[in-house]
Amino acid sequence: MSKEIVFSAETLAVVNKLIKRYPEGRQKSALLPVLHVAQAEFDGWLSSDVMDYVASILEIKPIEVYEVASFYSMYNLKPVGKCLLEVCQTGPCMLNGADDLVAHFEKKLNIKVGETSEDGMFTLKTVECLGSCGTAPMLQCGADYHENLDETKADALIEKLRAENKRSRYC
Amino acid sequence: MGRKLLLEHINVPGIETLEVYRKMGGYSAAEKAIKTMQPDDITEEVKKSGLRGRGGAGFPAGMKWSFIDKKSEKPRYLVCNADESEPGTFKDRYLMEKIPHSLIEGMLVSSFALGAKTSYIYIRGEYFYVLRILEKAIEEAYAAGLLGKNIFGTDYSLDVHVQIGAGAYICGEETALLESLEGKRGNPRMKPPFPAISGLYASPTVVNNVETIAAVPHIINITGDEYAKIGVGRSTGTKLISASGHINKPGTYEIELGLTVEEFIYSDEYCGGIKGGRKIKAMIAGGSSVPILPAHLITKTANGEDRLMTYESLSDGGFVSGTMLGSGGFVIMDETACIVRHTWTLARFYHHESCGQCSPCREGTGWMEKVLHRIEHGHGSMKDIDLLVDIAKKIEGNTICPLGDASAWPIASAIRHFREEFEYHILHPEKVKDPKHFAHEPFVSSKLENV
Amino acid sequence: MAKVTIDGVEMEVPDGTTILNAARSVGGDIVPPAMCYYSKLEGSGGKCRTCLVKVSQGSTNDPRPMPKLVPSCRTTVMDGMVVENITSPEVLEARKGVVEFLLINHPLDCPICDQAGECDLQNLGYKHGAAATRYEEERRTYKKIDIGDKIKLHMDRCILCYRCTYVADQVADGDRCHGIINRGDHAEISTYIEKAIDSDFSGNMIDVCPVGALTDKTARFGSRVWFTKPMDAHRDCDNPKCSGKVVVWQKGEDILRVTGRKDAYHEVDEFICNTCRFEKKKASDWVIEGPRHINNKSVISANHYEHLKDIKEDVEKYQRQVASNINKA
Repeated sequence: MSKEIVFSAETLAVVNKLIKRYPEGRQKSALLPVLHVAQAEFDGWLSSDVMDYVASILEIKPIEVYEVASFYSMYNLKPVGKCLLEVCQTGPCMLNGADDLVAHFEKKLNIKVGETSEDGMFTLKTVECLGSCGTAPMLQCGADYHENLDETKADALIEKLRAENKRSRYC
Repeated sequence: MGRKLLLEHINVPGIETLEVYRKMGGYSAAEKAIKTMQPDDITEEVKKSGLRGRGGAGFPAGMKWSFIDKKSEKPRYLVCNADESEPGTFKDRYLMEKIPHSLIEGMLVSSFALGAKTSYIYIRGEYFYVLRILEKAIEEAYAAGLLGKNIFGTDYSLDVHVQIGAGAYICGEETALLESLEGKRGNPRMKPPFPAISGLYASPTVVNNVETIAAVPHIINITGDEYAKIGVGRSTGTKLISASGHINKPGTYEIELGLTVEEFIYSDEYCGGIKGGRKIKAMIAGGSSVPILPAHLITKTANGEDRLMTYESLSDGGFVSGTMLGSGGFVIMDETACIVRHTWTLARFYHHESCGQCSPCREGTGWMEKVLHRIEHGHGSMKDIDLLVDIAKKIEGNTICPLGDASAWPIASAIRHFREEFEYHILHPEKVKDPKHFAHEPFVSSKLENV
Repeated sequence: MAKVTIDGVEMEVPDGTTILNAARSVGGDIVPPAMCYYSKLEGSGGKCRTCLVKVSQGSTNDPRPMPKLVPSCRTTVMDGMVVENITSPEVLEARKGVVEFLLINHPLDCPICDQAGECDLQNLGYKHGAAATRYEEERRTYKKIDIGDKIKLHMDRCILCYRCTYVADQVADGDRCHGIINRGDHAEISTYIEKAIDSDFSGNMIDVCPVGALTDKTARFGSRVWFTKPMDAHRDCDNPKCSGKVVVWQKGEDILRVTGRKDAYHEVDEFICNTCRFEKKKASDWVIEGPRHINNKSVISANHYEHLKDIKEDVEKYQRQVASNINKA
């Protein structure tokens, strides 16, 4: 363990509030939101140590956390770049140029889908329908939807994210 | 202009706030319901309205409510399905983002009708920013005494929480959603028992789509009978349609059920016609899971009647020449679209989203994707087309949940209506090398030449 | 009690019985095959879809047929229900599909698999499958791993019946450290991070595994199963939860393997402890009761001495058929 895996006091308060939403003894219900919190707190991904920590907080077995974390596509089980670019590629986005958009990012960032740029800034991921079909093509970075994209807008987004130099997070 | 209920005040500035929402008459239905009506009267109104589940299945909402086990000693739950993930569908997101209180008010009325003291909204993980909007609206509602203890001074109390998902289409299936809400993998449950008997925490539970719940206050306001007057036959009321693809005005529209498909596609009030004045090639009417229709079956049924935006008219002709209203995810493809490529992306979607619990879906979705990938990239053979039809047939109806059917229908229907295009890919591998192969030289089926 | 007809055979069973168990109460060809259901494991069943049957009449009160094929292991009978299993071409077609789905990513390494000869998937394939595959793509592969020092996991062979996870939850003291990770066709049985399964009853996962995904490391590659003699045996086990009633699989006097006692549907009568299973491999450890009756039609029974007479008759019948075909030609 490189650094101690413990939530900050503030985060712990958020987590305890989440747990209180469910009836007593049903604290496992908080697993999905708590994993989101953990992923945001610990560098954008869930190491097994982080998952074990979440298990201890919710008083469940570690395997129950692994089973869940590996089921849902938004949990990263491996480290990712600072900004995770999730480009939608399903039906309506494909019809409106998602393939071109993905190719553009691959070229611009000099990586393939699934890879992280050399500077550790961007990870490119293709995802399935994000419910933004009327504003296709689009991508999600952290909680933000970037819609009606074209190459110019994509370039501007990359520049903006680079300048901000912040880790993207859902919450 | 068709009648608007859900989106009537969509353009009022500040409608996302409680203050403006109430100024426009918001929460009057809740007040009326809780102060002056009995829970069963509300269910009765919903039954009279003919409101059908807006998530895709179209099951009568009032009837679903009446199944809830009232003899059980356990608490009852209302769970809102905001796991909108069906490709082509984005109407719930629009509604929650723009008028969050319409959902909260719907939750309040519906929970009261069902006798639920705690209710959950399960929203897909990708909609994190919408979660924040909902949480803010809920906070406002608590502060104003519209949620929490003794609502409107009565002895009715309700807590509403929003649960975030984490990326899984399957959680839109109501029992997978409940599993996920319990902090588990989104594996659909075996049914029976149905959630109305044993749902969340093995308690009686009703799961309804966002739009369904948001429609309830309107039914209370105008009465079930009035609501039932909108629409045609068993397709009553208004429906949100998410329109996308090759159209001039993609977006979310509220229509009166019964509008013609022609008007919806071509009028300026709605889709505004096909992009660039090109020819229409295909339509998906109710989200990616429903059968695709070719140009000649879009505005007219096989009998030559006008195709209407209703549950019945869209499914006229069954799977031979019809489709389904589903979730109202309306995707239009023009002549530059490649049906094979589009079908492949959907197959990839279902492969990616299969939970893996039952064998036909787990193995079949991946197999179909691989075969379609082969065909689309010019490596297919003629026998692959029938192989796909057969795999689809062996999945359909044989799985635990409807995802199996949803993966099979788009493929089976694409081959049924566009077989020549699949054959073209196999016969002319060199012509499909470029991923945008029909963008400049549209493929014209011999059968469709005269349409 | 409910009266139910399966493939024309009438029977009366207690209310709440599943179609599958109703069929099992009579036995024979009317019993649908089951790969994931295990009567002793709560929550099992419904997943593999091999036991799908057609309900052509729902009940006396509501005679409408059910719209889809239903999993017989999870569907309870109603009075007056009429079920079609092997008499329905639709069921056989669906089952053939399920077998194909279960096999497309299966390595078909029966020649080197310890389970061969007593494998439910092998039996199912022979009875309901097609002779050739239509699957041209590469099969999924995984690394073989140890889960605990006595159990080997060949994930390639797994059909994701979930039975072993139920054993871990329900039999092995709820001390589960393995489970299903990932989803869809990437789903796999795993401990996620390397972890040994540590429970006195973990070995039962091997017995409930319908295929060769979980094998006994103390017996791996010891012998083809049909070259060993199954004998009922018992010992005075000091684990209070273990009856000590087992089957020892002998070659000569040597005990190559110890398993639970399995019934006609390959379910153990009683779960046994790891000491009995893994550590008692001497004939002197056991009181040998006599030959175990293997009364199901798997490859193992083909070589078992009890059935030699039947087999001989089958072979002779087949030879006569071939001879007559040749004569006709």
